[in-house]
Amino acid sequence: MSRSLKVVLAVALVAAPLATAMAGKLGLGREATPEEIKAWDIDIRPDGHGLPPGKGSVKQGEDIFQAQCASCHGEFGEGKDRWPVLAGGLGSLKHDRPEKTIGSFWPEASTVFDYIKRAMPFGNAQSLTDNEIYALTAYILHLNDVIKDTNFELGQSNFQTIKLPNKDGFYDDDREVAEKHFWNRKVCMTECKPEAKVTGRAQVLDVTPDGKSGPKVD
Amino acid sequence: MTDETDRKPAPGASTNRRRFLTGTLAGGAAIAASGGEAFAQRKRKPIGPNPDNQPPNVPEWSKVLGDGVASHPYGKPSKFEAHVVRRDVEWLTASRESSINFTPLHELDGIITPNGLCFERHHGGAAVVSPFDHRLIIHGLVDKPLIFSMDDIKRFPRTNRVHFLECAANSGMEWRGAQLNGCQFTHGMIHNVMYTGVLLKDLLNEAGLKPTAKWLQVEGADSSGMNRSLPIEKALDDCLIAFKMNGEALRTEQGYPLRLVVPGWEGNLWVKWIRRIEVGDKPWFAREETSKYTDLMSDGRSRRYTFVMDAKSVVTNPSPQAPFTAKGRNVLTGVAWSGRGHITRVDVTLDGGRNWREARIDGPVLDRSMTRFYVDFDWAGNELLIQSRAHDSTGYVQPTKQELRAVRGVNNIYHNNGIQTWLVRANGETENVEIS
Repeated sequence: MSRSLKVVLAVALVAAPLATAMAGKLGLGREATPEEIKAWDIDIRPDGHGLPPGKGSVKQGEDIFQAQCASCHGEFGEGKDRWPVLAGGLGSLKHDRPEKTIGSFWPEASTVFDYIKRAMPFGNAQSLTDNEIYALTAYILHLNDVIKDTNFELGQSNFQTIKLPNKDGFYDDDREVAEKHFWNRKVCMTECKPEAKVTGRAQVLDVTPDGKSGPKVD
Repeated sequence: MTDETDRKPAPGASTNRRRFLTGTLAGGAAIAASGGEAFAQRKRKPIGPNPDNQPPNVPEWSKVLGDGVASHPYGKPSKFEAHVVRRDVEWLTASRESSINFTPLHELDGIITPNGLCFERHHGGAAVVSPFDHRLIIHGLVDKPLIFSMDDIKRFPRTNRVHFLECAANSGMEWRGAQLNGCQFTHGMIHNVMYTGVLLKDLLNEAGLKPTAKWLQVEGADSSGMNRSLPIEKALDDCLIAFKMNGEALRTEQGYPLRLVVPGWEGNLWVKWIRRIEVGDKPWFAREETSKYTDLMSDGRSRRYTFVMDAKSVVTNPSPQAPFTAKGRNVLTGVAWSGRGHITRVDVTLDGGRNWREARIDGPVLDRSMTRFYVDFDWAGNELLIQSRAHDSTGYVQPTKQELRAVRGVNNIYHNNGIQTWLVRANGETENVEIS
């Protein structure tokens, strides 16, 4: 085989799948239509990305809340049984039993809208209108004293004026710095301590939590 | 101990269960209630030794025919293993649709968790999703938004990976002290599975990422619409979109027909029933990455984006649900894992940390997978304080609970990877304790 023929063959072999191979595409799936994306794209970000048109007032939110939410979250967001507490707990994050609520702990109000829209009411998700979600968000923020005026109307245009108290209470994972001493340490293998005493027992140390005080996995 | 005692299939297991139930009744009745069903089942159909089936007699199964083929088109465990089940702790959550149960680690060996025993964590119940109708949309900062059917996804090149999935809240009830008696409850929010799937980066490449792409929002199709933000570096590194676990289709509880696999990172990110990936330039601050799965420190501030699961280990046998039943030769075993790499070594102490020995690792040692270890030894019937300590390939050494609390306080809930202690009494009874 001549050298030039080899080259031609090599090029031909490569050229066949070239259109896809060049971009590394496999040609799988199809283009999603704007309608398909719009119907599923329900997320909201703190910068307002995804916030739909609409509005709702604290007062309107109260009616919806009492009808659709209070059976689990309580009339004032205090939480029934082990359902999530939505309000209160401000300033409790350093306490022995911190109360992590929207007002005391959550950094962003957009999370309230995003979560209600995708997952609430529990067992009847994606059943609320955007206006109802604005109203509910306004009412929950009112329960947390973030919105004080009961006539306040929350909507797409003024949503980003809302700031939650614990916005600056978070920092990025720093384990590799703050816990550097857990790496590369020499471990003791023999006669490491004079004695080992039992200091706590699952059967005696009664930390089994009651309805409210234990760690929650809601 | 007599020969007879030794022959009983796990006699300690039943007495210990009773002890466990009565023990918890004092502290809180809820565990007893949740275990009640399995317990009642046991009482109805007692399973135990029958001398008629033991030498020198010829057992009944040597005389009669067993079931023919296809009596059980999908095979199940032996009826003698009916007690090996996932269990939950009812007081932990408000409803079972938004709850968790626990893998029975003390009944397992090797490194693979059987599909039906993989712990469940749902936020809106286990969605039943039709593979014919399921779709995955990729949109946002991409050249071309795409929608995939299950058939489309299965045409991408496949890969197989064994990885552990650990809930960030595993051992979360133990931050303030020893609380639950059983490694199923203290460490059972974990499973280890071989996944078959396609690389997430191949799907993203098909849509074409724009240069501004920095984060993905991954979202499930269940009624919680579970959403999390995932850094693009991780997505392009080693994440899978999986449709098989341990060779068969994903179980409903594990996200059938499609789930995200995020090796070494906390389980909440492994979105089940994954329906949508939005490509963005910043994180979303979803509920599960702000209100939940952030780590409250004692100064009142919280760590966020603590994705990686630190190295951890636990002795599964003996443990409160699986005590030693005989003196003399015994097998101590357990599992170790790390979200940062592979396990290089496990140390075990029998005397509460005064002296340690290196455990024998057996079976595959894989990257971000459970690793099995053993200590074969003679037990004189003395009191033991058993601990295990994992080392990983980044040089990380599993800390004690006290060392962990010194940095993280006790309100953290998540990422408790401290060293577990089991107290073994002379009669074999084993309890969850903490030591000096």
